[in-house]
Amino acid sequence: MSAVATMIPPQAPPPVPPKPYTLARFVGSVALGIWLALGVGIFLTVVSGWDPEKFAKYGPRFLSGLGVTLMLVSISIVLGAILSLPIAFARMSKNRLWSWLAYGYVYFFRGTPLLAQLFLIYYGLGSFRPQLEAVGLWWFFRDAWNCALFAFTLNTAAYQAEILRGAIQSVPRGQREGAAALGLPERVAFWKIILPQAMIVALRPYGNEIILMIKGSAIVAIVTVFDLMGETRYAFSRTFDFQMYIWAAILYLIMVEILRNIWSALEARLTRHLKR
Amino acid sequence: MSGLFAGFYSILSWIGSIVDPFCGPVGVFRWLAPGTLLACGDTGWGDDIAYGFVVTASLALATLPVGLLIGFFVALGKQSEERTVRLAANIYTTIFRGLPELLTLFIVYYGLQILVQQLLGTFGYGGPVEINAFFAGMIALGVVFSAYCSEVLLSAFKAIPHGQYEAGDALGFHRNRTMRLIILPQLVRIALPGLGNLWMALLKDTALVSVVGLTDILRQTGVAARVTKQAFEFYGVACVLFLILAMISSIVFANLERWTKRAEMGR
Repeated sequence: MSAVATMIPPQAPPPVPPKPYTLARFVGSVALGIWLALGVGIFLTVVSGWDPEKFAKYGPRFLSGLGVTLMLVSISIVLGAILSLPIAFARMSKNRLWSWLAYGYVYFFRGTPLLAQLFLIYYGLGSFRPQLEAVGLWWFFRDAWNCALFAFTLNTAAYQAEILRGAIQSVPRGQREGAAALGLPERVAFWKIILPQAMIVALRPYGNEIILMIKGSAIVAIVTVFDLMGETRYAFSRTFDFQMYIWAAILYLIMVEILRNIWSALEARLTRHLKR
Repeated sequence: MSGLFAGFYSILSWIGSIVDPFCGPVGVFRWLAPGTLLACGDTGWGDDIAYGFVVTASLALATLPVGLLIGFFVALGKQSEERTVRLAANIYTTIFRGLPELLTLFIVYYGLQILVQQLLGTFGYGGPVEINAFFAGMIALGVVFSAYCSEVLLSAFKAIPHGQYEAGDALGFHRNRTMRLIILPQLVRIALPGLGNLWMALLKDTALVSVVGLTDILRQTGVAARVTKQAFEFYGVACVLFLILAMISSIVFANLERWTKRAEMGR
């Protein structure tokens, strides 16, 4: 005894209203078009200006420059990490003198340009040549590569000390207290409880610091070290071919992007227990 | 009209010479360093270095609005609903965050030079073209600054709840008005610490422009170091001047932050 004898046949949904052509869409198409045109333009200039002789002459030099850059950055990052430990602990120490000394060090190296620090060490220490020869260190500071390594190590140690300090201090107090309540010695608590949690916080800033060092290392070209940038400048000064800079840009971009992807994969892996 | 400008300019430079902290009547170099290499005038390098200080500070100040403006629009593009806009904005940041600042500077400096030369060449002008180092530095540093700035602003945009936009709609505001009256004031407050860090990085990056010949602090001290053979002293002075700039800006930023948070105070 239903009132409805026949069902209404199912209707097709109303047609989707056409997407309005908005300003954003126009801007997006134009911007993408510009990027596409730039990419194609660069590709075409590279293809049309392709010179096997130049490639044979400067290609290996570029690769060796790439090696120099990577070596410089990796050595200074590792040495800086080692040097940053005592600085970070001095910075957190209750002793006023240590903490002020560490603060001064960090402030100086973070407040002045890396280029000025490099000049200060490479050219500045050159004026102390007799004294350096007397203590037998002149062989080290005579070489631009060593000076660059020294300056980068000091610089990155200051940044890494700040990263480390921030990370250690970001671990909640309760963790330390919990360890103390369990009767763990201070050292064990630091290595097994504080540091692992701090390192997860510090992971992203460390990655940024390495990327900054890769980019910052380009300035060694100015003090005659033939890293990737130095080789590029050399090649450009010989050929006046603007493509050299484009090659260097592509190489730097590849380096940074690879590192960034590795780092985000690493971070995703290491923080998978924190995902909700 | 030009007479008016000239008069205005001479008054400005007169005021500048009075309050000049380096070589003015109450300047540091005039009182603390007479007779040394840092003296003002023809006998020392004080006035040259003071000029470099002004150039460095003005380059950073001139770059800031360029970078902020581009960065703001790139950040808007990154949270657009249109996929193409997002993609274009992301390409922009990927490129300019990944390139070394020095390389960007060289690409802008030499690239612009070649571009302008070719452009003028088509009009029949074949002479050499030289791009102003200040201008090239402004563009290169501005582009790099804007790439980082867009990231800072993007995360600040994400920190603003969606209800704020809806409140603007409920009040019947136009989109632009919501942005100007509701979103921007909060955005500035959230983004200011990040922008302070970027400003410090910008200040340090200006030293790179000395490589293409801008007479900034590092260039002037470098010339002095080469002439007098006292490299350590002069590069030390350069570092101290950069530290002074950093200190001034950290004081300014601390005050700015307090000013933007004045509504939260007293609670």
